[in-house]
Amino acid sequence: MSPRAACRLETLGFEQVFDYVEGKADWLARSLPTEGERAGERRAGHLARRDIATCRLSERVGDVHPRVEASPYGFALVVADGDVLLGRLRRAALEGDPDRRAEEVMEPGPSTVRLDTALDALAERLDRLGLKTVVVSTPDGALVGVVRREELAAPRG
Amino acid sequence: MASPARVADVRGLLAAGAQLVEVLPEAEYAKLHIEGARNIPLKLLDADRTADLDPGEPVVVYCHDAL
Repeated sequence: MSPRAACRLETLGFEQVFDYVEGKADWLARSLPTEGERAGERRAGHLARRDIATCRLSERVGDVHPRVEASPYGFALVVADGDVLLGRLRRAALEGDPDRRAEEVMEPGPSTVRLDTALDALAERLDRLGLKTVVVSTPDGALVGVVRREELAAPRG
Repeated sequence: MASPARVADVRGLLAAGAQLVEVLPEAEYAKLHIEGARNIPLKLLDADRTADLDPGEPVVVYCHDAL
């Protein structure tokens, strides 16, 4: 839709027209400023916590494990430069050979939600999948944090 | 031809005073839109509705996403 609008503006004599191709969805997913009837609603980005243990691909599992034990979660997230999320180290991997590197035992490409995910939709997703936590990331794949089910409203019904 | 813009480009353009137009229907705009955007639905985009815009200044248009 926006390419057609941009083209139409040019035909109307506008000289410098820019098409924000990724649009409102991208803006919202980055938790950038908005206005409107629903602008004040709390979303996943508001509840995302950064108290999750993270590590690099090359780290020894034995070095990561104590950080996970000191966190409220039973897993660690593997990140690259820019906090780009690459994988998850589950408890079974953490309790395995301490000399393995994170890259060798991580679960690649963990599922994430965007910062603008509505809290009711988030609760529904967690309940449907039987999950206690969900990872929040930016459209660029950078880790934002983790939302815990207990911090959302009680399930309906 | 219009220039494609990523979010960093858009933020820079807006900081420099660019005009911002959401071309989605009015109801969608009313619910949630980018701060500072005005609404001119694509179906209503004509000379009259754009009369308040400055054709000599940059204008950024957006809809929901690339799809």
